[in-house]
Amino acid sequence: MTPPALHLCGIAKSFGTTPVLAGIDLAVAQGEFIALVGPSGCGKSTLLRIAAGLEQPDEGAVLLAGQDMTARRAADRDMAMVFQSYALYPHMTVRQNMALPLAMRRLSAAQRLPLLGALLPGSRATRQCIQREVEATASSLKIAALLERKPAQLSGGQRQRVALGRALVRHPRAFLMDEPLSNLDAALRVHMRTEIVELHRRAGVVTLYVTHDQEEALGMADRVAVMLGGRIRQVATPDVVYRDPADLDVASFIGSPRINLLPGQVDSAARAQCGEHILADRVVAAAGSAIHVGIRPEHLHLSAEPTPWSLPVRLERIEFLGAEALAHCSADAMPDGLIARLPPDHAAGLRRKRALFASARDGAVLLFDTAGRRIAQTLAACHAA
Amino acid sequence: MPPDARTLADRHEARAAWWLIAPTAVLMLALLVLPVVAVLVLSLTDAELGEPVVNFLGLQAYADLLSDRDFRGAFRNTALYVLMVVPASVVLGLGLALLIEAEARGRALFRSLYFLPSVSLVVAMASVWQYLMHPSFGPINQLLRLMGFAGINWLGSSDNALMALAVIGVWQAIGFNMVLFLAGLTAIDRTLYAAAEMDGVRSAWDRFRVVTWPMLGPTTLFVATITIINAVKVFETVATLTQGGPAKATRTLLWAIYKEGFVYLHVGAASAMAVVFIVVLLFLLVIQTKVLDKQVHYR
Repeated sequence: MTPPALHLCGIAKSFGTTPVLAGIDLAVAQGEFIALVGPSGCGKSTLLRIAAGLEQPDEGAVLLAGQDMTARRAADRDMAMVFQSYALYPHMTVRQNMALPLAMRRLSAAQRLPLLGALLPGSRATRQCIQREVEATASSLKIAALLERKPAQLSGGQRQRVALGRALVRHPRAFLMDEPLSNLDAALRVHMRTEIVELHRRAGVVTLYVTHDQEEALGMADRVAVMLGGRIRQVATPDVVYRDPADLDVASFIGSPRINLLPGQVDSAARAQCGEHILADRVVAAAGSAIHVGIRPEHLHLSAEPTPWSLPVRLERIEFLGAEALAHCSADAMPDGLIARLPPDHAAGLRRKRALFASARDGAVLLFDTAGRRIAQTLAACHAA
Repeated sequence: MPPDARTLADRHEARAAWWLIAPTAVLMLALLVLPVVAVLVLSLTDAELGEPVVNFLGLQAYADLLSDRDFRGAFRNTALYVLMVVPASVVLGLGLALLIEAEARGRALFRSLYFLPSVSLVVAMASVWQYLMHPSFGPINQLLRLMGFAGINWLGSSDNALMALAVIGVWQAIGFNMVLFLAGLTAIDRTLYAAAEMDGVRSAWDRFRVVTWPMLGPTTLFVATITIINAVKVFETVATLTQGGPAKATRTLLWAIYKEGFVYLHVGAASAMAVVFIVVLLFLLVIQTKVLDKQVHYR
């Protein structure tokens, strides 16, 4: 079996007495795009820097195609990184910025000397070759017209492209991206998402993409690694991470608006009860144990009449968002309230009503025990709705 | 609004503006512009303190000055002094800053130690230097003799005296330059070093060439300007250690102005020298702000 293209193996790291990362294991297949997503301070950037070699792990190893890179310095790992601040060299033109990684690798120290270096044997041909590659990469990124400019003369989006170009130009073994889009305005960010995914598809190189923006992570990555409190809680496709979260923390972190969590318990018929209201059945947990019942906003159904499994709520406010509407409700057992995502016309129909009944559409609930672990439901036909 | 009312309002506002800037304008005129104008006017005369008759010489005063061998000597000495002090103290200040920055231990200690010369009184420290540089029992010469070299007559020979003053000038300037460079170094974005590492920049020299030195551009320009201005103004060491000698070898511009104006009381001639002195400094400032400043800010 071929080893994974990039393998982070049992990584642990602490700064002083503060642990930042613990027991990180992440295997990335050739050509895969993995997003590391988590709230700020979860250690995702540190993990990326460890993969890059800019930071040494306390424990664990970084493997590139099975080859142990842990002891090698970043310059020798042949990975490229795109930084949040772009980190372009302000005194160099775009051309010089993009040529630097090639020049550092292909020209000797003597050949790199200004003026004199150009006279050394072989230097001219190599330099011309570098220039051709820079120009090719620049035109593929549509920045060929900017080659003679300095970073200060570029807009944020153009700088972003130059930073990508500097990473792409030498065809590295892996791309590491540290929140590369967070300094752009919203419209450009959405546009650049597509471009980066396109670039990745064309280059076919392993990409590790750090972001705090779950929309970016879910929208761009082949697989998403959810990091919380210095650990990877779940690695799965965006669809699975959302639909089938590993635990309560992942379920609450992924998804906006947040998943609705109702306190409840399991009754003697293996049903999830919230107060005296039943919300789901076939719960694989001991009768009487306390649980959390999670319902995604789009699965929360609001109706004027009670249904067999529903609980009474009060409609507080409707937030109209264009393609959808969010109905903010309050309930006795729910200090944080509940949010339902509805089609706008449905929401308009509810506008004048105060007392409503909330239920899980098609019984779509996520159940967790008090420690936050997932509780399974036995497979069976959905309850008769 | 009718046009008349408009102009009236404008005039009111203009008058108010004049009243508001009046205090500052008057003070600036009295304290900054007038003295310079007075020096300019005096420089065109042969005014002497206590002489009732003042003759207007016009530009002849400057012609006399430029043909005066003593003045040209002072000008040349000052230029030589600047050429010795500025490169050495900028390079050494940067070197010290890099060394201190590279090692976390004892950073505060070394910073304060090297900064000491900048806060100590030069006039007081001059006596220490006089002792250090004494030709027969000075520790520097004793050390040189111990290593088998002949001792140098540091302050007593016209060949060496200016260099000896330059050594003291460097000693004085290094600490301040180092502190400025340290501030410049801490302001460099760390991610640039990370980017350089990812780009395959391996050696400390390449790191310096690709990131540190270009990023220190504005700091270096500032340090060089300050050092040049301070070096052009060299006076205390001349006054305390050599009095312009031996054989006028350490007569610098400021010393010459002082002698002319306060010892010989030739106010006119001293003013002309002062004007030349100001012009030199202005010229350096213009080069800094107009030419070099654009090149170090990378816009």
